[in-house]
Amino acid sequence: MTALQEVAPREPAGVRREALYFAVRNGKLMSGFALVLVLLLLGLLGPVLLDGAPNDYGPRPMSPPSGEHWLGTTTFGQDIFLQFVYGLRSTFAVGVIGGGIAAAIGMVVGFVAGYRGGAVDEVLSMLTNVILVIPTLAVLLIANAYLGIRSVAVQGLFIGLTQWPWAARAIRAQTFSLRTREFVDLARMSGAGTWKIITREVAPNMSSYLFMTFILLFGGAVLIASSLDFIGLGPTEGVSLGLMLQNANQWSALQLGLWWWFVPPGAGITAIVGALYVANVGLDEVFNPKLRET
Amino acid sequence: MSLQVSELRVHYRTLRGDVRALDGMSFELKDGEILGLVGESGCGKSTLGKSLIRMDGRMRHVGGRVVLDGRELPISDDRAMNEVRFKEVSLIPQYAMSALNPTRKIRKMVGELLRSRGAEPDTAELERRMDQVGLPREVLDRYPIELSGGMKQRMVMVISTLLDPSLLIADEVTSALDVSTQKAVARALLGFRESGYVRSMIFVTHDIALTHHIADTIMVMYAGRLAEKAPADVIVKAPRHPYTKLLLDALPEVGVRYAERRLEGIAGSPPSLLNPPAGCRFRDRCPVAGDECAEDPPVVALAPDHHVACWKA
Amino acid sequence: MRRYFGRKLLIYGLTFFVAVTVNWMIPRFMPGDPVASMVARANVSQPAAVEAMRAYYTSLFGLDQPLITQYLNFWGALFRGDFGISIWLFPTPVSAVIGGAVPYTLALIVPSVLLSWVVGNRFGAYAARRKLLDNTVLPVGYILTAMPYMWLAVLLAWALGVIAGLFPVAGGYSFSMRPTWSWAFLLDLLHHWTLPFLSLFLVALGGWAIGMRNMIIYELESDYSAYLSALGAPARLIRRYAFRNAVLPQITGLALQLGVLVAGALVTEIVFAYPGLGSLILKAIQNKDFFLLQGTFLFIVLGVLIANFIIDIVYVVVDPRTRAGMAGAQA
Repeated sequence: MTALQEVAPREPAGVRREALYFAVRNGKLMSGFALVLVLLLLGLLGPVLLDGAPNDYGPRPMSPPSGEHWLGTTTFGQDIFLQFVYGLRSTFAVGVIGGGIAAAIGMVVGFVAGYRGGAVDEVLSMLTNVILVIPTLAVLLIANAYLGIRSVAVQGLFIGLTQWPWAARAIRAQTFSLRTREFVDLARMSGAGTWKIITREVAPNMSSYLFMTFILLFGGAVLIASSLDFIGLGPTEGVSLGLMLQNANQWSALQLGLWWWFVPPGAGITAIVGALYVANVGLDEVFNPKLRET
Repeated sequence: MSLQVSELRVHYRTLRGDVRALDGMSFELKDGEILGLVGESGCGKSTLGKSLIRMDGRMRHVGGRVVLDGRELPISDDRAMNEVRFKEVSLIPQYAMSALNPTRKIRKMVGELLRSRGAEPDTAELERRMDQVGLPREVLDRYPIELSGGMKQRMVMVISTLLDPSLLIADEVTSALDVSTQKAVARALLGFRESGYVRSMIFVTHDIALTHHIADTIMVMYAGRLAEKAPADVIVKAPRHPYTKLLLDALPEVGVRYAERRLEGIAGSPPSLLNPPAGCRFRDRCPVAGDECAEDPPVVALAPDHHVACWKA
Repeated sequence: MRRYFGRKLLIYGLTFFVAVTVNWMIPRFMPGDPVASMVARANVSQPAAVEAMRAYYTSLFGLDQPLITQYLNFWGALFRGDFGISIWLFPTPVSAVIGGAVPYTLALIVPSVLLSWVVGNRFGAYAARRKLLDNTVLPVGYILTAMPYMWLAVLLAWALGVIAGLFPVAGGYSFSMRPTWSWAFLLDLLHHWTLPFLSLFLVALGGWAIGMRNMIIYELESDYSAYLSALGAPARLIRRYAFRNAVLPQITGLALQLGVLVAGALVTEIVFAYPGLGSLILKAIQNKDFFLLQGTFLFIVLGVLIANFIIDIVYVVVDPRTRAGMAGAQA
C-alpha cells in the first residue's frame, strides 16, 4: 500500500476527485442518502401540499388505509399520513438542532482539549467523562418535567447540551494525533494562533470525520427525542413521530388492532436513522481506502 | 543454488490500472549469501520481499518463477504458501515494533504459534537464542507493551528464525532504529547466519552504507527492475550503472541517517509504473543517456557475479 | 492499577455530585413561585397530601434559609435515604415506591444487556469472516440499531401478543395472581417478562454485532495479524487473537452504552406497562409527582455509576495490560 502511494504521489485535488469517484459508486452511501432525501422532501413539501391541520378530528375514526386516507385514521379521525409528514418535519428539525449543537460543543471541547493538551485537556476531559457517564434520558426527563419544555427547538437544544461528550472524546483523540504533524508544526512556527490553527489546519484535515460524527449525533438526537416524546415530554404544539407513537400507545391502538397508527411513525424513525447509519458506513469506505471492497 | 528468481512480474491493482511494481526481475542467491537490496522508495524492493513470502490482497502475480532449494514456490497461492512460510522462508517485518499480539505474554504467544505449525516449543533452544541477542529471559513472561522498541525488535528476530528457515527476508528492519541499535541488529543477523539459524538472507533497505557492512552482495533496483548487482565491495568501489554511481555520490560522509535525504541529490523522480515508458527507465534522470537508451537495456554480466542493465556500462 | 481506579472513582464521585446538584438546582429554575406552582400543578385532591407537599416543598425551597443551607439540607436528606413522600401513592415514601419497582427493571435490563452483548459479539465475529453472513448480519444489525426501542416493543407486542396470542402484552404478572413464591406465579412472571426482554435484547443486539464486526476487521488488518500470517499461522489462531483483542473495546463500549440501554428499558417498560422504573416515571409525570421523578433520577444515576464501576473491574480482569501496571485503558 505504501508502495502505491509512493509510485503515484497524489495532490489534494486528486484525493477529492477520487473520493467523489468512490462516493457516486458506493451503493450504501447513495441509497442511504437517497432515502433520507426522499423523507426530507416528504417532510418539507407534504405539509405545504396537503390541506388541513395534523391534529384536526375527522368524521371517519379508526378507518384503515384507503384512497382517501393513505395511512388510515386515528381513533379521533385524524389523518395519519398528514400527521406523518408533519412528524417528519419535527424529527428532522430536532435532529439538525440537537445534532448540530452537540457537534458544535463536541468540536470546541475536543479541539481545544486535544490541541492545547496539559491542564486544559485534563479539565475538559474530566468534564467530558463526567457528563458522559450521566444517563442522558434521565437528565432530560428531569429538565423537561420541571421546565416544561414544549417546543421542538428547545427540546433539540437540551438534547444537544447532553449529547456532545462522546463526540468531544473522539474529536480530541483525532486532534491529538494531528497536532504533531508537520503542517501543524509549520503553522505554529509561522506564528498562527491556536484558533487559526484549529480552524485552518486541524479541522479541514478531519472534515470527513467531523461530518460522520455529525451524522451519528443527528441519529442519536432523533432517537432520544422520540423516547422523550413517547414518555409524554414531547412538544405540546404540533406533531412528531414520537408523539404519534405515544398517542397510539396511550389510546390502545395495539389492543384495537389499529396497526396503521403505530407502524408508520416507528418505520419513519427507523428509516431516517438507519439510512443515515448506512450512508455513514458508505462514507467511511469512501474516505478510508482500507475499507473499500477490492 | 539457494534461490532463483526468474522474470518475476508482480502488479498492484489500482483504480487507474495495474502498477507494475515488479517488471521482470531475475536474480540468484547462493547458499549462505546475504543480499542487500537497495533502491529508492517505490522501486519495488518491498514488493519483492513480500512476493517471496506473502503477497497482500492487491498484489497479483503476473508472471515468472521463484525456485527455492530446487522447489518452485507457489507464491500466488496463499494457502499452499503456508506450508513454506516460517519453515523455509521467514520474515522480519518492517513493523517489528507492533508485530506481537499485545494481549499475550511472549512465551504463550510463541508456544501457540509453534504448535499451530506442528512444532514443539523448545524452551532451552529459545532461551539460548535470546541469550545470543542479549535478551533477558524474563522477557518471555512479559507483555509486548512492557518491552522497549529494541527488545521487541530482537524478540521478533528470534521468533522469525526459530524454525531455521532457508531464506530470511529482513524488510527495512533498521529504519526505525538509532545508529548504535542498527549496528547491533546487523551484528545479530550475521550471528544468526554463523549459527546456522538461517541459510541465506535478503536485507531490504534504503541505507547503502549499512548494507555494505552486512551484505555479501548488493542489488540495486530502479523502477521495478534490476539496475546493478555485484559483490558489496564492487558496488561501493567500482559501480558501473550511472544510477548506482549517483546513489553513492549522494552519500554524505557521516551523520545523516536516511537515504531519502541523500537521494535528493539526484534530480527528478522515477517514472510512473502505471504505464512505464519504453526504454531505460532511468533515462530522464541519467546524466549520460544517449539515443540507444530508447530501447530497454538487457541485463549483462560484466564479470561472473557483476550484472548491470545499462547500455553505457 | 491504583491510579486507574483512583481516576475512575474520582470521575464517578464527581458525576454523582453533579447529578445531585442538577437535581437540586432544576426546580429552582422553574419560573414563578416553585412551591405554589408545583402544588397547583400537582392537582392532588387529598388535603393531607397537599399539606404534606406544601410543608416539604417549603422546607426544601424555603426562602427563609440561605441557598447553601438548602443545598446542604438536600444532601443531608439524601444520605438519610429520604427522597420525600410520593404524591401519586401518598403517603408511601419515594424510596419504598422505587424499591418495589427496581427488581422488575433489573430483571429486565441485566439479562437483556448481557445476553445481547455476548450473542451480538458472536454474530459480529462470524460476520467478519464470512461474506454471505456479513451481507445479512450487517443490514439487519443496522435496522435493529436504528429502531426506537418502543417501536420494536410495540411491533412484538402486536405480532406475538395481540395477533398470535402467545404472550401477554401488559403488566408484570396477571391481574388474577397474588405475588407469592409459587411455581405458578414464577411462570406467570416469566411469561410476562419474555416480550419486554426480547425487544430490549433484539434492539441492542444489532449494535453489538456491528461493533464487533468492525473491530474484528480492524484487528485482522493489524500488524500482529499480518506477522502471524507471514509465518503461516492458521487462520484459526489469528482469529482467536483478533476476537480476544476486539472484545476489549466492546467492554468499554458497554460502559458507554449504559445510558442508552437504560433509556431503552424505560420506554420498553412503558409499552408493556411493566411495573419497573419506566412505568414509575410515566406515572410520576402524569401525576406531577416530582419527588418520585427526582428520586428515580438519582436512583438511575447511581445504578449506572455502579454498573460502570463493575465494568471497570471486569476490564482490569480481562485486559492483562492494565494489571501489568501499564496504561492499557484510557480513563
